[in-house]
Amino acid sequence: MVRRAVILALFIAALLPAGAAVAVQPDEILSDPALEARARALSRELRCMVCQNQSIDDSDAPLAHDLRVLVRERLQTGDSDRQVIDFLTARYGEFVLLRPRFSLHTAVLWLTPAAFLAIGAFMIFVFLRRRRPAEAKLTAAEEARLSEILKRDSQH
Amino acid sequence: MIVELGHYALVLALALALVQASVPVLGARRGDPVLMAVAGPTALAQFAFVAISFAALISAYVRSDFSVLNVFENSHSAKPLLYKITGVWGNHEGSMLLWVFILSLFGALVALFGGNLPAKLRASVLSVQSWIAVAFDLFILLTSNPFLRIPEAPLEGRDLNPILQDPGLAIHPPLLYVGYVGLSISFSFAVAALLEGRIDAAWARWVRPWTLLAWIFLTLGIAMGSYWAYYTLGWGGWWFWDPVENASFMPWLAATALLHSAVVMEKRNALRVWTILLAILAFSLSLIGTFLVRSGVLTSVHAFANDPSRGIFILAILILFIGGALALFAMRAPLLKQGGLFAPISREGALVLNNLFLVGACGTIFVGTLYPLALEALTGDKISVGAPFFNATFVPLFVPLLMAVPFGPLLAWKRGDLMGAAQRLMAAAAIAAIAIAAMFVMQGGGPVLVPFAIGLAAYLIVGALTDVVERTGLSKLPFKTAFARALGLPRSAWGTALAHCGLGICLLGVIGETQWGIERIAELKPGESISIGRYELRLDGTTTRQGPNYREFAARFTVRSGGEVIGVMTPAKRSFPTRQTVTSETALLTRGVSQLYLALGEANADGMVAVRAYYKPLVLLIWLGAMAMVLAGALSLSDRRLRIGAPQTARARRSLAPAE
Repeated sequence: MVRRAVILALFIAALLPAGAAVAVQPDEILSDPALEARARALSRELRCMVCQNQSIDDSDAPLAHDLRVLVRERLQTGDSDRQVIDFLTARYGEFVLLRPRFSLHTAVLWLTPAAFLAIGAFMIFVFLRRRRPAEAKLTAAEEARLSEILKRDSQH
Repeated sequence: MIVELGHYALVLALALALVQASVPVLGARRGDPVLMAVAGPTALAQFAFVAISFAALISAYVRSDFSVLNVFENSHSAKPLLYKITGVWGNHEGSMLLWVFILSLFGALVALFGGNLPAKLRASVLSVQSWIAVAFDLFILLTSNPFLRIPEAPLEGRDLNPILQDPGLAIHPPLLYVGYVGLSISFSFAVAALLEGRIDAAWARWVRPWTLLAWIFLTLGIAMGSYWAYYTLGWGGWWFWDPVENASFMPWLAATALLHSAVVMEKRNALRVWTILLAILAFSLSLIGTFLVRSGVLTSVHAFANDPSRGIFILAILILFIGGALALFAMRAPLLKQGGLFAPISREGALVLNNLFLVGACGTIFVGTLYPLALEALTGDKISVGAPFFNATFVPLFVPLLMAVPFGPLLAWKRGDLMGAAQRLMAAAAIAAIAIAAMFVMQGGGPVLVPFAIGLAAYLIVGALTDVVERTGLSKLPFKTAFARALGLPRSAWGTALAHCGLGICLLGVIGETQWGIERIAELKPGESISIGRYELRLDGTTTRQGPNYREFAARFTVRSGGEVIGVMTPAKRSFPTRQTVTSETALLTRGVSQLYLALGEANADGMVAVRAYYKPLVLLIWLGAMAMVLAGALSLSDRRLRIGAPQTARARRSLAPAE
């Protein structure tokens, strides 16, 4: 909430109530550094659903706290990263993922960068080709005159 | 009374805007110099009345006049004077008034300094500028009036959100708005050119300084906002790909593309249609940003549907201006003649490539920001598009662009020599290779991409300087001659080098902060220490103290490096009773361009204090790089050819002579 309030303030918009700004609490941290690092990386991919576009790693909302603890619990029971993500997606829906999965309804989103580049490159290609100095093409009037001369020649 | 005067002045400004929106453009169509001459004085008068209106609102805030609804909702008598003033634009209504104030300021600037413009173009530009003013004046007066009174004035106000009570808010929004709204001038120039159906290289030369000015402020505003978020938020992030940030980044990307394509148009009279389109798009993105932020559509589609009056109004403005301008573009663009020819490998070609990637990145952010909204509206599916998506798409789009950057200034106009440019970049490539090798040795294992990223940054910085080093002959000629030559170089050449260099510096900061940053989260008792990197932080103790409108809980840390005391850091938490909010005051300790960063968490009953500590190597380079770009923009803006203005043909000069 704090973050959105401040960022909105970049545009001086609606002002949201602010809370304290420490997300991950000391008591949440796992003793195994490797597991903790995985938990942090996963937390950055997961959305705090009651917040504005904030990951559970950043948020100080109670829900984010619960989700961080949940992620750590799953990791401690030996889940892989993939399994944790699948578990949370099954429970909360795709809304929880900050990086949407590639599927039919996100295809347009994921293909956007490539599409922009491809269309842009194609347009530039066409533009450059069309603009290549016309190699002594004849104008309509010249064509007419040429055919006239040729006709005259053939009559002889 | 002052408040009513302010309200009335705004109505008068609207009336003047209506005059300015219609009369001069009519004059331009009829070729009537009298009607066209209306533009200048009305633009100045309009600015004067908006300024009176704005001053009236500021005065209401300074006097804590709580009979004004807007002041009551956003101010407090105990607030420091600075925040009383900055609170004026810390809310919706006031910020829209600031928007209109800056809009009319730019109109007045064109009226004052646009003397070298052809009379017709100047009249049309000021009219188009005033169309926007009419729309936003109406928006304020009809849906967001800051001058409304409350029948029975309350004794005390509700205060400004404490997070906004920061010097950052004093400067950041006006900077950003100058950038945002400044792009309206490029837009007005584009529409005026389309109305006239005539455009030439001189147009680009007139429009470039205005775009550059807007771009400088946009860069400054975004950088400031990023630094502000960094030190206020308490977890050290500086960019979040939040829709609101994207709303400011998209116009920046478009304006950057516009600056580059306008160079092609100015120098080579090519890319005219494209430059006009970019000018329209850049301001359109500013308007879309305003819509996204102001309509509440971001918070949720439902919030927008519940109180749609403002949102619908801005949406109407959006459709009217963007749709209108694009329709005009579609009608008139085919009439514009094609400009100069160029080969694919040329300075023009490089700038086209620059535009391709900048616009591609801008388009990707645009789709990413709006996709969840569109998907929910169309299918009801709710998805999130957050930082991981933007990092995954933006970085691959930007890396090729960065690799191409040093080539641009080294290629000749019309037909360039790619091999020649590559040879001249050998020094940069060599330094990059050394940097990569050194990084591999230093980091041992670690992520493979990091040394390459550092290499890219080194290549960018050295590559950007290659052009000026060669042109001054620094490597061959004696220093004195080189220095004299350096002074003789056009300032825009220095601007280009410095801006591209700034990009590399910024990249260096981003890599340092994201790849080498260290974080510690801990609970401490007074007397205990934590170590982070080669620094040791000892908690000396905690204190509580009373501020003007808050209570503060602060912790004092002594920072040691190698046993030696190098500083004291006092992070704090402030609680504001009027809004029942708590803000975190982070403590920063700067070491060179790196920073130690401390944020306080909760204090336990047994005297333990939670704390978040970061070591952020090279982090300041992110903003120093941006400052280099700002400075580069200013240098370029002071270039002789923009100062003097476009050369006038004899005929144009005669037409400026007073009529008999």
